Amino acid sequence: MRHSMSRRRPALAGLTALTLAAAMCVPAGVMAQDEPIQSGGTLVVAADGTSFPANLNPAIATSNGVVYISSKVVEPLAEAGFDGLQPRLATSWEGSDDGLTFTIHLREGVTFSDGQPFTSADVKFSAEEVWSKLQSFGRIVLANLDRVDTPDPLTAVLVFSKPTPASLIENALPVVTAVLPAHVYQGTDFAEAGGDSPLNQQPVGTGPFVFSEVRPGELIRLTKNPTYWGEGEPYLDEVVFQVLPDAASRAAALETGAVQATVFSGVPRLDLQRLDALDGVSITSTGYEGLPYQITLDFNHRNPILGDVDVRRAIRQALDPQLVVDTIFLGQGASVATGPIPSTATDFYTEDKTLYTFDTAAAEAALDAAGFPRGEDGTRFALRLRVAPFFPETVGTGEYVKQALEDVGIAVEIVAADSSAAYQTAVYTDHDFDLSINSPAYRPDPAISTTILFQGGLDAGIPFSNQWGYANPALDQVIADGLTTLDTEARVELYREFQRIIADDLPNISLVDFRFTPAHRDQVRNLGDNPRWAVSNWSNVWLAAE
Amino acid sequence: MLPPTLSFILRRLLHGIPVVLIVAVGVFVILEAAPGDAVDAYLAQLGGGDASLAADLREQWGLDRSELGRFIAYLTSIVTLDLGRSVAVGGSVVEAILTRLPATLLLMGASIAFSASLGVLLGGIAALRRGGMTDGVLTLGALILNAIPGFWLGLILIVVFVVWLGWFPHAGFGSINGPRDPIGRSLDIAWHLVLPVTTLGLTYMALYLRLMRGAMIETRASTWVRAARARGLPETRIVRRHMARPALLPVVTMLGLQAGTMLGGSVVIETVFAIPGLGSLAYLAVSQRDLPLIAGVVLAGTVLVIIVNILVDLSYARIDPRMTDERLRTGVG
Repeated sequence: MRHSMSRRRPALAGLTALTLAAAMCVPAGVMAQDEPIQSGGTLVVAADGTSFPANLNPAIATSNGVVYISSKVVEPLAEAGFDGLQPRLATSWEGSDDGLTFTIHLREGVTFSDGQPFTSADVKFSAEEVWSKLQSFGRIVLANLDRVDTPDPLTAVLVFSKPTPASLIENALPVVTAVLPAHVYQGTDFAEAGGDSPLNQQPVGTGPFVFSEVRPGELIRLTKNPTYWGEGEPYLDEVVFQVLPDAASRAAALETGAVQATVFSGVPRLDLQRLDALDGVSITSTGYEGLPYQITLDFNHRNPILGDVDVRRAIRQALDPQLVVDTIFLGQGASVATGPIPSTATDFYTEDKTLYTFDTAAAEAALDAAGFPRGEDGTRFALRLRVAPFFPETVGTGEYVKQALEDVGIAVEIVAADSSAAYQTAVYTDHDFDLSINSPAYRPDPAISTTILFQGGLDAGIPFSNQWGYANPALDQVIADGLTTLDTEARVELYREFQRIIADDLPNISLVDFRFTPAHRDQVRNLGDNPRWAVSNWSNVWLAAE
Repeated sequence: MLPPTLSFILRRLLHGIPVVLIVAVGVFVILEAAPGDAVDAYLAQLGGGDASLAADLREQWGLDRSELGRFIAYLTSIVTLDLGRSVAVGGSVVEAILTRLPATLLLMGASIAFSASLGVLLGGIAALRRGGMTDGVLTLGALILNAIPGFWLGLILIVVFVVWLGWFPHAGFGSINGPRDPIGRSLDIAWHLVLPVTTLGLTYMALYLRLMRGAMIETRASTWVRAARARGLPETRIVRRHMARPALLPVVTMLGLQAGTMLGGSVVIETVFAIPGLGSLAYLAVSQRDLPLIAGVVLAGTVLVIIVNILVDLSYARIDPRMTDERLRTGVG
C-alpha cells in the first residue's frame, strides 16, 4: 500500500505541474472567478448614440437607449438571469389561482439613495401612478390593474379587475417595474413635465449608483451609492457614460484605454474583428441574449397591391435573409428570422409553421399569377421604401431589399430619413410608405412589445405599433386571449398560434434575428453575466489592473 | 452724439437684424418641409406611447397650432429673445446654448488664430521666395491640406498622436476626472484642444496662405516698396511695414467671411473629437425637431458671425491708417 502510494506521488506531482502550466497559458479574463475583487475606479462607457435622451426615468421611458443608463440608479423588482429571474427589490412573488391578485414580497433593509426606506407604498405608487399610466409597456401588461394593496410594508398585492396571467407579470418584471420613491415623486409635476422635469432627467432610486453630474452632450457621471443594499456592492466608484459621436473615435478610445466598454451598436461591425485582435480588447455578444432585435420588412396594407397575401408571400420568396446575415451582419450574432418571436426565446418560439425559402423563380411565378406581370420595361409595379435610420444594419438591409425586389421586377424607391423623428412620422402617423425597414426589440414576453405590432384597430400616431393598416380578427382574438389566459401551457400554445397565423398571412416579414456585439477591454470583470447585461445595474462589475 | 466707432457698431448690429430674420425664416421653411416633430422624437425615446399622450404633448408644446401659429410663436421667441424651453435637452434654451458656447468659441477662436497666423507667415515666405522650391512645397502642401476632408485628417491625427504615440487625449473637452482648479482645468482643456484646433486650422490654412502670398507679390511690386527701397530702408522693415501690412487687408476680410464657414466646419470636427459645442447642439436640435432650440442656435450663430465681422471692420482701422473713422462711419473704403 505504502509502496504503491509513494510510486503514485511523482505522477500526481507531474499532473499538478501540467495543470499549473496549462492554467498559466489561460488569458486573465477566463480566470475571473478566482481573482480577488478589486474595488474602486471609474468605468468609462462610450454612450450609444450622439446624445443622451432628455427623459431618463426608466419607470416611464423603457427604450433600451434610456434604460442602459438609468438601470444603474433605479432598480426593478427582478432582473433577468441565465437560469430564470434573479430577485432584486422583490425576494419572491406568486399569482393567485384566479389570476386576480399577484403578491410581491419585498426585500428588507433596502433604502433609497436619499436614506428613506423602500416599502410597499413605493411599489403601490409606481404601479398605480407610473407603470400603468405613463409607461407604454405597463399600459399593456397592467391594463387591468385595479389597485395595489399594501397589507404590510414588505408586501404589495397587485389586484386586477380581470384575470391576468402570473407568467406575463413575471416575464415583465425586469422590463416594467423600475421602482420610484413615492415620497420624492408624489405631488410633483414629473408626469406632465416629461423630459423637462429634473426628477426625470436625474431620477432617484435604490440602485448601486446615483446621478452626480450631467454635462449635456458630453457625459453623465454616476457615483457609488454608499448605502446600497447589496453586500459590499457596488465595486466601482463611478460609471461615466461619455458621448463619442464618431464611431471611429469610439474605437480609438477603446484602443487607448480611455474607454473601457461600449454597449449595443457602439462599434461598427467592420471594426469588430480588428478590435478583437488587439491586446486587451475583446468583443462579445454575451450579455445580450435577452436583448434580441430583429430586422423587419413592414407592408402598408392600405396599398391594394400589398394587401394581397400572394404578393406578400412572393416578396418573401424574393428575399434571401441569409445574404443579409452574411454580408451586412458579417455573420456575427445574427441568424435568419422566421417570425416575430426570435428563435432564442425558446419558451414561446415554434418552428411548426409555414417556413419560406429564397426562390426568385417561384416569386416571379406567384407575382404573374397574382395579376402583376412584368410590363414593357420589365417592371411589375413600383413601391416606396422607408428605412429606419436606427442602425447601420437597417440602412444596409434597405439597400439589399431594393436590389432583390428589382430582380423580380418590383421597382423600389428608397425614401431617406435624416432622423428617427422623420421616419416615425412618415410611417406611424402619416402612413406615407409602401414598404418600411424597421428593427423592433423583442422583450421577455410577446405581450410586452411584440403583439402590439400586429394588433388591429389602433389609433394613428402610436410609435412601434401596428400602423400598417392590417387587421385580422382571428389574430386579434389570440392577442386578447394571451393577456387573460392563466394557464401557462395554454398561453404558450396561444403564442404558437400567433406565430402560425403570422407565418401564413405575412402581415410583415421578419428577416433577421440579431443581437449586438459590443467591444470592451478585458479588464472589465463580470461583464455579460446576465442576459440583459447592458440594461442591468452593474453592481458587481469591477475593473482589474491592466 | 455717439462717438463714430460706437455708432458704427450700432449701425452694423441693426444691419444684422434682417440677416437674422432671413436665416430664421429659411430654417423654419426647411424644417416644415421635413417630416416629424418634437413629439415624435420624444416618443421614440420613451419606447412608445399612445395617441392621447401624443396629443397632450403636442398641445403642451404648442405643436397643435397651425403652421402660421407656430411660425409666429417661433419668430416671437427670436424677436423677444425669449427662447423658451427645449424638449431635446430638457431645460432652458438659453442655458443650453450658454453651456455649449465656450467650447465652440475656444475651438473657433483658436483655429482661426492658428490657421490665419500660420497662413500669413507661410504665405509671406512663399511670396518672398516666389517661384522657388519653398514656394512650390508650401503652396502645394497647403492645397493638399485644404482638399483633405477635415474629419479624415482628424481621424488620422487621432491614430498617430493618440493611438500610436499617446501624446494627446482621444476626445472630449477636458478629462473626465480632470483637475478642478482654474489653472489646471485651463491646461487640461488646452491639451484636449490641440488636435481639433490643428485639424480645423490646417484645413483652412490654404486660403490664408494663398491670399497672403498673392497680396504680398502685389505689394512687393508696388511703387511704395520701390520708394522705400530707394530711401534705403532696411529690408526687414520693408517686408514688415510696406509689404506685409497692406497685404494683410484681404486676409482680414477673409477672416470675417470664414467665421461662418468655420462654424459649419466645426460641426464635423466637434463630432470627431466629441466636443460639446454649438455644432453638436445644432445637430441634436435638428434631429429631434426641436424648434425653440434651433431658433436659439441660429440666433447664436448669426450673432457670432455678425460680431466677428464687426471686429474685422474695426481692425481695418488699426492695420490701415488710410481707413479713418470718417470712412468707417460712411462705410466707404
